Amino acid sequence: MMVVLEVLACASGASVQDLGRSGYRRFGVAAAGAMDHDSLVRANLLVGNPPGAAALELALAGARLRVLGGAVSLAVAGPGAGLTLGNRCQAPHASAVARDGEEIRVSPGREGVYAYLAVAGGITTPVVLGSRAVHLRSGIGGRPLRPGDRLPCEDGEVRVLRRLPPEGTRADLPLRIVLGPQADRFAPDVLAHFAASCWRVEPRFDRMALSLAGPPVPAVGGHDIVSDGVMPGSIQIPGNAQPLILLRDCQTTGGYPKIASVISADLDALAQCRPGTMLRFAVVTPEEACRAARDRAERKRALKAAAEREHATQDPRFLLSNNLIGGVTDGTD
Amino acid sequence: MKVDPLGTVPVTIRHLGDSALTVEFGDRIEPAILGRVLALDALLGRLALRGVVETVPSYRALLVVVDPEAVDLAALRQRLEALAASALPEQCRARKWELPVVYGDGHGEDLEVVAARCGMPVADYAALHCARDYTVAMIGFLPGFCYLSGLDPRLAVPRRETPRACIQPSTISVGGVQTAIGSVAGPSGWHAIGRTPVRPFDPGREPAFLFAPGDRIRLVPVSAADWPALDTEAQTGGTVARLVSE
Repeated sequence: MMVVLEVLACASGASVQDLGRSGYRRFGVAAAGAMDHDSLVRANLLVGNPPGAAALELALAGARLRVLGGAVSLAVAGPGAGLTLGNRCQAPHASAVARDGEEIRVSPGREGVYAYLAVAGGITTPVVLGSRAVHLRSGIGGRPLRPGDRLPCEDGEVRVLRRLPPEGTRADLPLRIVLGPQADRFAPDVLAHFAASCWRVEPRFDRMALSLAGPPVPAVGGHDIVSDGVMPGSIQIPGNAQPLILLRDCQTTGGYPKIASVISADLDALAQCRPGTMLRFAVVTPEEACRAARDRAERKRALKAAAEREHATQDPRFLLSNNLIGGVTDGTD
Repeated sequence: MKVDPLGTVPVTIRHLGDSALTVEFGDRIEPAILGRVLALDALLGRLALRGVVETVPSYRALLVVVDPEAVDLAALRQRLEALAASALPEQCRARKWELPVVYGDGHGEDLEVVAARCGMPVADYAALHCARDYTVAMIGFLPGFCYLSGLDPRLAVPRRETPRACIQPSTISVGGVQTAIGSVAGPSGWHAIGRTPVRPFDPGREPAFLFAPGDRIRLVPVSAADWPALDTEAQTGGTVARLVSE
């Protein structure tokens, strides 16, 4: 039986996201995908999904939904995000079973920007160019969610219950950057000052880019270059001499000099910076950045293994004997 | 930096963090530079090197997107240096398309202003614009939006002071020394001079993207009276663009 998630209330930034699309950048198609990959993966692992299954992304606000067509297990992830089923407030870092027709409330955390609601089996909106990720600007993959939308989910009646250790926080750490590709368009003292300064995240932010405010970063010979390829994490310096960091929905090419790039392992932490956050950078080499990416992948594999060990104790007999099949407990008892 | 044995333009390889390398063949918009970008792009497409996810050609540089978990950056960098020096432009392999375009006449609201700024009658501006073959230099900004190389310098005109929030899909536009074929509707700071019924990007069509970097484009002027029939054909999934040579 097909389970459907009906959106009862949500704010403007809600959309379906997975790990994004690749292979189409040469045709001008952005990666899109979850702003915080690690949180998406965590929510999916909690309900027994493949790490990159499509889930609901919420920005700076909660949402109310209803599950229709069967009982299904759900989980939220993201800094401080909370889940309430009916009037049962759920323990964090664990999945829980929602009954057919039950109202689901996701509450935003006091920190961070993005939260994820994963449903067992994953959301099964149509795959466009290899992904279900919604790219807001082009409309590829769909559009932002509105109350009344019904999201199809893969074969419901899935009741995986898992718990994971809380995610480590790295809010106080600097964001690691690699200088370039156009660092040579900035005078050495300007470059040094850029790398050492404290930066404030500006209120204007979306899935495409995040602006920073701080000391001016003038380019030698102007702020226009012949447009070339850009990536999420690229730090552009446009004419106002203030950094603009590109994020997952960013366009594929750009004409501003890129002074540096935030490394891939730190893009999630970057996306979770609220307006007003004070940021610092730490310069690393490209090789160090690759090592950080491999360390992060290793941590992800360990998390997946931990989730699967938990799963081994959650076979149907176990669930039956613990009265979990009826979906009346929340997995934390 | 390494001096390229094939020319005076030095090839430079730069890093975009751990997620991409960019191979720069110069810092100008120039057919010879673009030819080398596209040659390396085609070569990498055939080689499928370990750790390389995809490539994004642009006027003067090739972005090589990598998987940071799988790539050996130093080895790839070395390989790219060697390949960049050996990849030769292969003009004959390019596909060639003919696209119908209506210039002005209700399709391209800036044509009169732009022609006046270039000091020529509207008919001359349109005639010069479709007199040359273009090359798709780069697809970016929006899905399927084609930046073309080869604009006659006499037709160059500074970008609009006030960008428009939204222009029609498939608009032919000019901005500075560049000209483009639009795809989906979107904001633009360029001047709209015409429109083609061709849809460069249609998610429901196979292939979703009609043009690829390196394709040759010939714009064929048609009268506004032909628009409705051509537009209907494109709407129902016809390509309208004619593939002249593979």
